[in-house]
Amino acid sequence: MPLPIGDTIGILADNLALRKSVLPISASSATRWARGLNLPRGGETVIYTGQMYQLIPYITGMNKAQSMIEDSPLADFTRVGRFINRFINISSLMSMPESSMQGRFNSILVNMASLLKQAGVEFGYLYQDDLYSGALAYDLGVDDVLEEHAQKVYSNLKKHGVKNVITADPHTTNMLRSVFPLIVRGYDIKVKSYIEVLAERNICALRDLGSEVVIHDSCVYARYENMLGEQRTLLAKAGVNVREPVSTGEFTLCCGGPAESLYPKKAAAAAQRRVEELKAAGSDVITMCPICLVNLQKAAHGQINIEDISSYLARAYC
Amino acid sequence: MALVNPDFVDEVKRSEEFNASACMNCGVCSAVCPMGIELLPRKLFRYVLLGLKDKVLDNKETIYSCLLCKMCEANCPAKVHIAENVRSLRYYMNKKVFKL
Repeated sequence: MPLPIGDTIGILADNLALRKSVLPISASSATRWARGLNLPRGGETVIYTGQMYQLIPYITGMNKAQSMIEDSPLADFTRVGRFINRFINISSLMSMPESSMQGRFNSILVNMASLLKQAGVEFGYLYQDDLYSGALAYDLGVDDVLEEHAQKVYSNLKKHGVKNVITADPHTTNMLRSVFPLIVRGYDIKVKSYIEVLAERNICALRDLGSEVVIHDSCVYARYENMLGEQRTLLAKAGVNVREPVSTGEFTLCCGGPAESLYPKKAAAAAQRRVEELKAAGSDVITMCPICLVNLQKAAHGQINIEDISSYLARAYC
Repeated sequence: MALVNPDFVDEVKRSEEFNASACMNCGVCSAVCPMGIELLPRKLFRYVLLGLKDKVLDNKETIYSCLLCKMCEANCPAKVHIAENVRSLRYYMNKKVFKL
C-alpha cells in the first residue's frame, strides 16, 4: 500500500512544530559548512541557508527508508511511527546520511559564501538560528503549523538585527520573500537570492571557463519568482555557453522532487523524464536547487554530469 | 446519483485567491502536466464548484501527487491560480479528513 497521506504529513508537521524542521538535524550538522569561514553571527545582512542544502543527505536517507516502506505492509505502521515520533525523534534515526554526501552539499554553501565575499558583500550567518523555512509544510497545506513556524523564523531574524537576507536556494527564497509577507504580521525583511546579488553587483570573472552546459531551471525560480536572467548572465560572463533543453525557462520541467515525501516512485519517474530531456541537450548539466540536484543525479545514474551552478561560478569568479 | 453539497466550495475556499470558477475546461492543464494527472485541475475544480464532495474525497492521491510546479498555470489561458487552489484543497483535506 502507498504511504498513508495523513500520518506521513502528520509526522512532518509534528517535527516542524516540535523540532523546528520537517526533518530535524543537529545544530552541528546544519552549521558545519561555515566552520573556518569566520562569518560574523547575525548583522544587518546575512546568508540564509534555511538548512536546505544541509538537509539533502538526510532526506536521501529518509527516502531510501520510505521506498522500502512504500507499497509494503510496513506502511500500515506509519500511524504508530507518528505516535512514537512525538516523543522520540525517529525520523532522524531513519535518515542516516552518508558523510561524503554531506561534504559535497556543504561545499556548495562554501562556494556561495566565497562568491559573495568575492563580490564585496559584507554578511553574517545565524548559525543555529538559521532555521528551515517550512517550505514542505507550505506545499502540503499544513498552514496552521507553518504560520507558527514562520513567526519563529521572523523572530530570530529580528533578534539578530537582520534587515537583508541572501538566500541559497529557490524554496527558501520563495518562502521568505513571497509567502512570509502574507502570513507574518509586519514582515519587513528584504530577500534576494545569492545569484541575484552576484548579478546585481556585476561581479567580474577571473577565469573564462570556455565550457558548455545544459541549464535546468528550478520551477520555483522560474514560475514563482520570475528569476530567469541572472543565472544566464553570470554564466555567460564566465565564458559558459548555456544550452537550453526542450522545456526551459518559464516552461521548465519539474524534477519531481516535490512528490518525494509522499510518492517516491512517482517522483523518480518524473525525474527520469526530465533527465531524458537534459541528456538530449548535452552531457554536463547545472541546477540551482538542492532538491533538483539530488533528484536528477539519482535518476541519471551517472550517465550525465550534474552540478550545482555555484560550482561553476566559484571556478570562474573566485 | 451524486450527493451535492452547495456549501462545499465555501468550505474549501479560503480567500479570493481560490478562483476555480475561472476555469473554462479547455484541458491545457491536463495536457502539459508533468505527472500526467488527467483529473487535475479541471475536473477536480468542477467537483468542488458543483459540491460533489465525495468525488473530491475519492481523489486524495491525485490532490497530493501534484508537484505544485505551476507548469499548468504558466500555460492556463484563464489565469486560474491552480497551485494555490490545490493547496486550498490540501488544507481542507488535512483539516477535515486527516484531522491535522
